[in-house]
Amino acid sequence: MRIAATCAEARAQGLVPGMMLADARAQIGHLNVELHDPLADLKWLERLADHCDRFTPLVATDPPDMLVLDITGCTHLFGGESALVAAAEDSLARFSDHVRSGCGDTPEAAQALARFAPGVTLARPEDGDVVLRRLPVAALRIEEETETALIRAGLKTIGDLAMRPSAPLAARFGEELVERLDRLLGSADSRITPRRSPPALRFEMRFAEPIARTEAAMAALAELAGQAAEALEQRGMGGRHFAARFYRSDGRTFDLAVESSLPMRDPEVLMRLLHERLDALSDPIDPGFGFDMIRLIVPRIEPLTPAQLQLEGGAVSEEAMAALIDRLSSRLGRGAIRRFQPRDTHIPEQAALTLPAVDLPAPEPWEAPQPGEPPTRPIHLFDPPQPIEVIAEVPDGPPHRFRWKRQQHHVVRFEGPERISAPWWKHAPGRSGLTRDYYRIEDARGRRFWIFRHGLYDSERPDPRWYVHGLFA
Amino acid sequence: MSRCHDSLESLKARIAGLERACAGESSGEPAGLARTGHAGIDAALGGGLMRARLHEIFAFEADDAGCATGFAAALALRLGGTLVWLREGEAEKRGGQLHAPGLAEIGLAPSQVILGTLPDALAVLRAAADVTRCGDVGVAVVELWRDPRAFDLTASRRLALAAEASGVTVIALRIAATPAPSAAQTRWQVAAAPSLPMEANAPGYPAWAIELLRQRGRPAGGAWRVEWNREQACLAEALPVGGAGTGGAAALSGAVLPLSAGRPARAAALGFRRAG
Repeated sequence: MRIAATCAEARAQGLVPGMMLADARAQIGHLNVELHDPLADLKWLERLADHCDRFTPLVATDPPDMLVLDITGCTHLFGGESALVAAAEDSLARFSDHVRSGCGDTPEAAQALARFAPGVTLARPEDGDVVLRRLPVAALRIEEETETALIRAGLKTIGDLAMRPSAPLAARFGEELVERLDRLLGSADSRITPRRSPPALRFEMRFAEPIARTEAAMAALAELAGQAAEALEQRGMGGRHFAARFYRSDGRTFDLAVESSLPMRDPEVLMRLLHERLDALSDPIDPGFGFDMIRLIVPRIEPLTPAQLQLEGGAVSEEAMAALIDRLSSRLGRGAIRRFQPRDTHIPEQAALTLPAVDLPAPEPWEAPQPGEPPTRPIHLFDPPQPIEVIAEVPDGPPHRFRWKRQQHHVVRFEGPERISAPWWKHAPGRSGLTRDYYRIEDARGRRFWIFRHGLYDSERPDPRWYVHGLFA
Repeated sequence: MSRCHDSLESLKARIAGLERACAGESSGEPAGLARTGHAGIDAALGGGLMRARLHEIFAFEADDAGCATGFAAALALRLGGTLVWLREGEAEKRGGQLHAPGLAEIGLAPSQVILGTLPDALAVLRAAADVTRCGDVGVAVVELWRDPRAFDLTASRRLALAAEASGVTVIALRIAATPAPSAAQTRWQVAAAPSLPMEANAPGYPAWAIELLRQRGRPAGGAWRVEWNREQACLAEALPVGGAGTGGAAALSGAVLPLSAGRPARAAALGFRRAG
């Protein structure tokens, strides 16, 4: 076992990451050891990234221990670059006793400065270049072999590398080295991949004094909803997805999101949905020491024009249905509330899809059944079909008797077969699956089943198996 | 051509629905009652099924789940309005999925059905309480498997009170369950019944043997054999099927039976029937 990370005190005693645990124990008698949990570290990093959302919307994580913030266009809000860096360091210092930061033209330069020249405050932008050139080649984050080779060749700092022509470097140490060098020095452009894309609309409210009551926070959110409605109305748009985020002063964040099946912007309706979501949360929003910021974003917007009412009142009922679905989906969860969508296929189990109702504002109408015919499709469909033992005429006679769930059923009436073949046009010959012969069966007690023989006798299978696929009403 | 035919059929169905509604009003269908269309059942219920109440439907055996579901769908269709159907995830695995084309075959438009699949009985009941509080819902079907401990007298009373307050009719569909005291307005038991065969001894329209086990404030009791008529969307008296259960076509006594309208005469039980 080796040491993955140490606290400041342990470092002072001479323990370093990578050391054998046994050696460390030999050095210091009473060592407090915790098992390394990379997943928990990752979660912690994500939480910190959530916290850093307040500085810029573009935050990326670089596991195991780095956050990259793209502060382009955000600095003036905090009074300059150095003020923003100081604010970020201050707020992160609450979580860790060991925060290092760097500020550079490219993400690579920033990380190199943070790792190898922490605490360097740059008076002028061109100073950054000087500092960068003094950094060791390890700042390039290249493979260890290349690093050793560079040092052996006498190229110890970034400046040594930058002075040389790039073609021989690329020939000897690989294309990647030159690319990384260019990115570090800012001659090649590079971007971060933020955790979430910037939303279409964003509204936020900061509080000088944290507010410690959920009701007050919701009232502030209602004000933001009003602003959102105004902005949406100006654009002639409506939101399909609204997400509120509460930033607690100790760095935890709470999310509250609702989706609607039709575009909407009425703040009262939005607040009602958010309240429903709030009531349905299994982990309630705990204000703790108070929220210092609340943000409302609208990631998805769609055109919303004033609707004209239909004479028969069709539009009204559709809207009422959509409102009902929104309400139920925010209460019970997005995936729990579904609607049926027909699919144009003859494979019975694929004929109906159930999709989240909020995604499906207007389901297609279903084909009306043939008048004068009894139901040809069951009301309950087993997925997967349940195997049964059947006594039937060979090769392709109807079943006489079958055994399902340890119970014998005598077939009194039947209709069939309805032959449904596998989609042979989709697959290579012989790979498309077996043909199914479906029978509608009624047993002596009147129970109606939908059973099928899987495979044609002899031509597809020597002994086709039988399955019950559904129950009729 | 077929499109034309479809639209004609849908228009006919709509007119039939309008006529039915008018007939219901003119013949004094009291507000808050939904006729089932079957004279005997309506008489036993005192005019029809009460809206804004809790009704319980038990499947006679677990195998009768399809029939009980069909009966619930039929009652929901008679009651009208938006239908929210709540199920357990477990029921989906054991009893099969609710099949939309099958619902359409009963006459219920799947596009008007909102399906809620919840992990367990407690979640279903909690969701049912939420749904029942939504006044826009017409009918809420709460499907429960076995006898979940969560659905006790208190839970059913709570559901019934919520239904009365909001005007939502709640149908508790109980499969593989034993009837027990509850706050339901009516309690039904549904079993499969032999259907009146079509040509070539094919299974006919859905037929059920239903029994009214209990109702509040009125004498209980009564068992009927009913057939679901999709075209008129009503329950009808099932015609007795001679020799059902003995098996074979020879036992059918078709000749003495009155024929229902629009159905071809069953001459011989042999031969083939054009299907689909």
